[in-house]
Amino acid sequence: MRTLYKISLLVLALLFVAGTVGCAPKPAADVVTIHVLTMDQAGLKPAEIDQIAREFEAKNPDIKVNMEYLGYDFIHDKITTGMAANPPAYDAVMIDVIWPDEFIKAGYLLDVTDRITPEMKSGMFPASWNGVTRNGKVYGMPWLMDVKYFMYNKDMLQKAGITDPPKTWEELVDQAKIIKDKGIVEFPIIWSWNQKEGVVCDYAVLLYGNGGSFVDANGKPAFNNDKGVEVLTWMKQTLDDGLTNPSSISSDENMVRDNFIAGESAFAVNWLFQYSDSNDASKSTIVGQAAFAPMPVYQAGADAGVKGSSVDGSSSFAIMATTPYPDQTWKFLSYLTSNEVQTRYSAEMLPVWQADFEGEALKQLEGATPNNPVTVPAFLAQFPYANERPTVPYYNEASAALQLAIQEALTGVKPPQQALDDAAAKWIELAGK
Amino acid sequence: MSHHKLTQKLWLSLLTLPVFFFIFFPLLWLFSASLSTQVELFAVPPHWIPQAPTLQNYLDIIFPGQAASSVPRTFATALLNSVKIASAVTIVCVFVGSMAAYALTRIPFKFNRSIQLGVIATRMIPEVSLVLPLFIIASRLQLINKPIVLVLTYLSFALPYAIWLMAAYFQTVPIELEDAARLDGCSRLGILFRVVMPISVPGLVSTAMFVFLLAWDEFFYALIFTSTLAAKTVPVAIAEFVGRYVVNINGMMAGGILAAVPPVLVALIFQRYIVRGMTAGAVKG
Amino acid sequence: MQQQDARTAWLLLAPSLVILLGVTLWPVISTFILSFFHAPTGINQVRTFVGFGNYLEMLRDRTFWETIGRTLYFTVVSVGLELILGLAIAQLIHSRPWGWQFLRFSLIIPWAVPTIVNGAMWRWIYSADFGALNGLLMQLGLIKHYIPWLAQPNMAMNLVIVADIWHTMPFVALVLQAALATLPGDLEEAAAVDGANAWQRFWQIRIPLLKPAILVALIVRTVDAFRVFDIVYILTSGGPAYKTMTITYLTYLNSFAFGKQGTGAALSFLISAFTITMALVYIRIFYRPEETQ
Repeated sequence: MRTLYKISLLVLALLFVAGTVGCAPKPAADVVTIHVLTMDQAGLKPAEIDQIAREFEAKNPDIKVNMEYLGYDFIHDKITTGMAANPPAYDAVMIDVIWPDEFIKAGYLLDVTDRITPEMKSGMFPASWNGVTRNGKVYGMPWLMDVKYFMYNKDMLQKAGITDPPKTWEELVDQAKIIKDKGIVEFPIIWSWNQKEGVVCDYAVLLYGNGGSFVDANGKPAFNNDKGVEVLTWMKQTLDDGLTNPSSISSDENMVRDNFIAGESAFAVNWLFQYSDSNDASKSTIVGQAAFAPMPVYQAGADAGVKGSSVDGSSSFAIMATTPYPDQTWKFLSYLTSNEVQTRYSAEMLPVWQADFEGEALKQLEGATPNNPVTVPAFLAQFPYANERPTVPYYNEASAALQLAIQEALTGVKPPQQALDDAAAKWIELAGK
Repeated sequence: MSHHKLTQKLWLSLLTLPVFFFIFFPLLWLFSASLSTQVELFAVPPHWIPQAPTLQNYLDIIFPGQAASSVPRTFATALLNSVKIASAVTIVCVFVGSMAAYALTRIPFKFNRSIQLGVIATRMIPEVSLVLPLFIIASRLQLINKPIVLVLTYLSFALPYAIWLMAAYFQTVPIELEDAARLDGCSRLGILFRVVMPISVPGLVSTAMFVFLLAWDEFFYALIFTSTLAAKTVPVAIAEFVGRYVVNINGMMAGGILAAVPPVLVALIFQRYIVRGMTAGAVKG
Repeated sequence: MQQQDARTAWLLLAPSLVILLGVTLWPVISTFILSFFHAPTGINQVRTFVGFGNYLEMLRDRTFWETIGRTLYFTVVSVGLELILGLAIAQLIHSRPWGWQFLRFSLIIPWAVPTIVNGAMWRWIYSADFGALNGLLMQLGLIKHYIPWLAQPNMAMNLVIVADIWHTMPFVALVLQAALATLPGDLEEAAAVDGANAWQRFWQIRIPLLKPAILVALIVRTVDAFRVFDIVYILTSGGPAYKTMTITYLTYLNSFAFGKQGTGAALSFLISAFTITMALVYIRIFYRPEETQ
């Protein structure tokens, strides 16, 4: 009897399991649902993108748009798994500027060259197409242009008696020393040098500012030449001299922002978001104190003719090659990135259409938010100098090798030349496979 | 109580203090962060007790609608999903796993050893390695983004775990009891349900708790296999507090405290059964 | 009776076997097959058979062995500390000091906090500029400057261990505590009557009786510690300078970030080889079937 009781409990439990599951609602016939994966807070907030999606659905009753928002760190993994299924889990995804080569080689991206209208091509900033164009073929639509900016704390410089922000990295070191010696902050400079992509971005800014490059004209690694080694040695030196915050080695861009807006540093290189956060009274203690300056370069670089240096960190939207609904997805993407929509939301995100930065439109753009009068000119001044990271399909692994090398040099595990040489050897090995 | 026993009790009670410190120092910090604003979190030196405490982080989660971002609003749904999934996994594991554990530890039969090794072997591969093949199957069966997919994939590592744990408990049941029951004419099944199970209640309940927490805690499978509110679990919801540029640490800590509540409640409920089991079934001779 | 026994056994085992085989058979087999191929991630990618190539490549790779070493360090230190602390706390609860119920209850809380929150919380505690650890040590006068904990290559792994132990030690403590609760008291009473003191009773009677529970806790925790992933994914992403990179994280990087699924699959089975060996070693050393009193 007890046995029977127990067995019936088991059956009930299994039924409970089955009942818990719940059935998925059956989709209405003739309505196509497309799934789009995008980064949380890359430009527009999820609520705003949802709004755009609802507008689109109202104009196109036969298409439903399912948006999914995820943090940057997780997107790549979701794309990889999503594409393993057939049909793919997503019809369109937001991609970082460093992913197209890998994804094109894996056959994930749809060639949309023929769908790009001439007005799109000429209307958007030419640089914005870098994130989706390879070998003359276009694989997506630009969305958000972002570069790294040089920001400093006006008040701290004033307190230290410094009138102008530095134009070269050498000047930066001098100014940092003054600020440190005057006791204004203990570590005047903060960087995102932790073992993630951020450290390669910072290194790119510095490397090109020294007249160096990642690869030479033949595509062979060049970052381990004397220019690259100088940069890495300089980075370590600022740590040793107590000018760069030692926590930089474990900091990503969010932590750099945290540090800067808490008034713990005088100079911080970061993406655009740091500025508006610095003026957000609910988070920042330095409201009104942050300012932009053109990204410094090295004296050697300036002598060699380098006028500016930054790194491209843009995001774009791409259509998955195996999607069953390329046309509907394209319709949505072209709506999302259209001039009309971008202008309406220009208070939240700088558009990628050049017309918005000219004449009357420019005045309107600058007036859209309290921060825009500062950020718009900064954007226009900095992005022309944005450099690209190497466009190779094995970029993730190559970057990992470089991240490791930089970290080893910064923590004193290997001397800079050796660390970079080892990374270069790895790049050559990867290119050969 | 004798003087000797009293001193002994005093010493033992003092020993609990470092343990409490170890457990609660990070927790109190977690709690304090959940009651702070972002600005306060960056104070140097740290404010152990927030100077301007706020319940806003909790309010955003518990009373959604006013919330600035979508994450807190959806937290409650994620919490419910986690409860459903973890409960389902636990119930299946305890029932099905206890039967299997008994068979493997007490019944000698031909394939006993090999099945034991097989069960252990399924836990040897890292879960991360199986994600891609599981995803392909799940997507072919159209199970992606439904709670059942997490229940099934969690069973793959929770069930061997449960079998292992319960096998250990069954082994601590004195064999004499079973022999006595056998002499009384009990069948195997009878011994299992009438003798072994009642005594092993503490073990069964503990195992249930462990499996519940194992399922509750799981992150990577939940991240990959679920996309929308239909099946999203608490760890994934918490991960969303970290956007590309916005790290809402206070919200995350508040979410973390709330996320710990259901398992703690489960433990509270189960603790009574452990106590009951002990006083009722304590084995003496 | 034997026949009856065998049938009963299969009946009891059937549901578990169905579930396990259903969910794990195909993934494990397909991963095993994949490990013999050069399999770049992607659609319609060419897969070339390389035999043991992936395995040999890993076994010859310095990073692989360094990572194994690091993972073994993590495993030994983590599990060792968990076992000692867990046993001590279990014994403490069992001896009923004041507040023992609250103590047992509190143990659940670190275990109930999801790993992702645990990781974020410890990252914040270790924060160089704003962290509680620095704040505490500074206020106690133990340090003069804030230390960037997670940036120290030699400290980082130990910090991950502390974060992991905080979360998983309760498991060991509660397993052992539950086992202690079901131990028959008569043997120890008899020994006390015979004149054995508390220490002798503890080591010669209680510990051996606890062996099955300790063994289970050891195997489960060792295998899990060796395969640790979530906490590394969230707390350090393998840095600084790969110093907290564990072998499962390396597998993840290969399969997901580098697009080398064949290598990832081979690594998975190399990991299994290690964990199976560890489990077998434990069983050989400690396990005697149906140990009676």
